[in-house]
Amino acid sequence: MQLARVVGTVVATQKHPKFAGASLLLVQPLTLDDRPHGTTLLAVDAVGAGVHEKVLIVLEGRAAGEALGRKGAPVDAAIIGIVDAVDVQE
Amino acid sequence: MQLAKVLGDVVVTHKDPNLAGVTLLVLQPLAADGTAAGRTLVAVDAIGAGTGDTVFFVRGKEASFPFYPTEVPADAGVVGIVDHWDLG
Repeated sequence: MQLARVVGTVVATQKHPKFAGASLLLVQPLTLDDRPHGTTLLAVDAVGAGVHEKVLIVLEGRAAGEALGRKGAPVDAAIIGIVDAVDVQE
Repeated sequence: MQLAKVLGDVVVTHKDPNLAGVTLLVLQPLAADGTAAGRTLVAVDAIGAGTGDTVFFVRGKEASFPFYPTEVPADAGVVGIVDHWDLG
């Protein structure tokens, strides 16, 4: 799993039926000190996250499909939590 | 998944039988600002996308799920055509 920031929303009318009703959000993976790390990804939203929120994402197909609650969905990333805080002991 | 622009397609006559009838598209992944991000790749098309379309694609074995029960040997697949996206 990875920490990420929701940076946008995506509208796609023509998509695989397994995406029907699912919310697609653009997420920017973050380092522990909140810096952008790597390229922006699309994730299905399983928790009702909004733009600007810090979230926890899974980047693996089976886990993302389970988060979406649909077997056989062609997904590889899902938002599975909204982060309240990250406490790291140095 | 990632945003991408469809740059074209690939014609392959001699191929794995499970790729029969499957369109192969050349994709350029995009960053959130629409600029090219990373190297181009070839993906199977599960949605009827064409050159010039902005799409999103899935990486990994899940790319073959839309073709179930055919076991299409693919590691990337186009699963949606993007109308637009908005940055917050």
